[in-house]
Amino acid sequence: MLSKRVVACLDVRDGHLAKSVKFVNTKNIGDPVEKAREYYLDGLDELVFYDITASSDKRNIMLDVVESVASQVFIPLSVGGGIRSVADATDLRLAGAEKINVNSAAVARPDLINECSEAVGDQNIVLSMDVRRVAANAQQPSGFEIVINGGRTPTGRDALAWALEGEQRGAGELVVNSIDADGTRDGYDIPLTAMIAEAVRIPVIASGGAGLPEHLHDVLTQGKADAALVASMVHYGDYRVSGLKQYLHDRGLKIRMSW
Amino acid sequence: MTLILDYDAGNLGSVKRACSEVGLAAEFSAEPDALAQAERIIFPGVGAAGAAMRSLRERGLDLALKQAIASGTPVLGICLGMQVSLDYSEENDTQTLGLIGGRVQRFQLNRPDLKIPHMGWNEVRVQQPHPVLAGIEPGDEFYFVHGYYPNPSSPEHALAVTDYEHDFVCALGKDNYVGTQFHPEKSGRVGLRLFENFAQWDGKWDGRWQPNEPKEKNHAQ
Repeated sequence: MLSKRVVACLDVRDGHLAKSVKFVNTKNIGDPVEKAREYYLDGLDELVFYDITASSDKRNIMLDVVESVASQVFIPLSVGGGIRSVADATDLRLAGAEKINVNSAAVARPDLINECSEAVGDQNIVLSMDVRRVAANAQQPSGFEIVINGGRTPTGRDALAWALEGEQRGAGELVVNSIDADGTRDGYDIPLTAMIAEAVRIPVIASGGAGLPEHLHDVLTQGKADAALVASMVHYGDYRVSGLKQYLHDRGLKIRMSW
Repeated sequence: MTLILDYDAGNLGSVKRACSEVGLAAEFSAEPDALAQAERIIFPGVGAAGAAMRSLRERGLDLALKQAIASGTPVLGICLGMQVSLDYSEENDTQTLGLIGGRVQRFQLNRPDLKIPHMGWNEVRVQQPHPVLAGIEPGDEFYFVHGYYPNPSSPEHALAVTDYEHDFVCALGKDNYVGTQFHPEKSGRVGLRLFENFAQWDGKWDGRWQPNEPKEKNHAQ
């Protein structure tokens, strides 16, 4: 059987590592290549780089980061942030990214998902969705809304409908990131994750809110997620990837324990 | 020199980087003549069987590959590069190279919670010792991404299996050819070990699978 995956996300701005708290006040916490290598050697199952570089003239720095990481880290590498075209996706693939995450640009132009999945294969396109809770209404019957631009801009799209549309358009995997939980370390949004994981037939990576090992356990069991994404809880040294995996393994989950 | 067969089958850089990590000098090529010269050949691939076979035939690589294998060159197929070594693939209803008897089938799963493609880390259980799989311990996991799996017609070619609702063959071998469904280039330390093994392999494998004969006789042969 497949193991549940522990995925670490590194936010990169201008080639440096940053970690957001509710997507604002990013702090510089070090060299992304070094950090990636450290997690890889400590048993990480998959790595996500998110490019939060604001200015477009610095975008190419990300390709260098991806290339350096890919030559030192031999696990799946996923890259997102600012991908607007098939050319962006193929450039990153050539630099060494396994999977391409599309987010805001896909909300603005959903055909981007079809185009990218056709160009680089369904299994390599990840639809990353930032979601916030709203009062359920006619437009957002699930009670969850898609937001873009790092959580600042509401779109009016229903999160569940968008997940299903993304799957139908050829996304091979979903990252479901709760904006409400992101950076709080209070735990993942379990109802959100479970709602989406039960509705789609592609893997779901839960994101936002991890602060304690039991949060990962809960989202991988009650939340029905295939993978749990962690950031600050490992970036600041509070927990180690290997420790989280040992904990999940001890609680009976199928986890890759030899690396 | 190790040749990585480049036939428009997707992102091959990760295979080259893994080779370089274990000190195996490798170059991309799509020239049929280069296959005859190569010391060893890696045949990677992602994408669909139909397009891959078209691309191989257009470039004359299907014949060149068969000749290289017949001449004893060690060959490692990865994912789609392994799948096209069988006779036939259900993907795009494709006739494939026929190096190993059998077909490639789509997963038909009963459990609704199991997803297709089979994507992620899963345990590889070695069934027959093989020099390229040396060092894989019980519990070792490799990274998979695929919706189709190989079903060789004879168990003598099945080197290892993985469980996804049912066991399927995840590594194949015949003479100087070996192929994996999983991606050793994305499988951390155990995956790199497989490249190291391949770098040292002379292409010989005596196939220990002997269904009706006592073990003593194998040694006598």
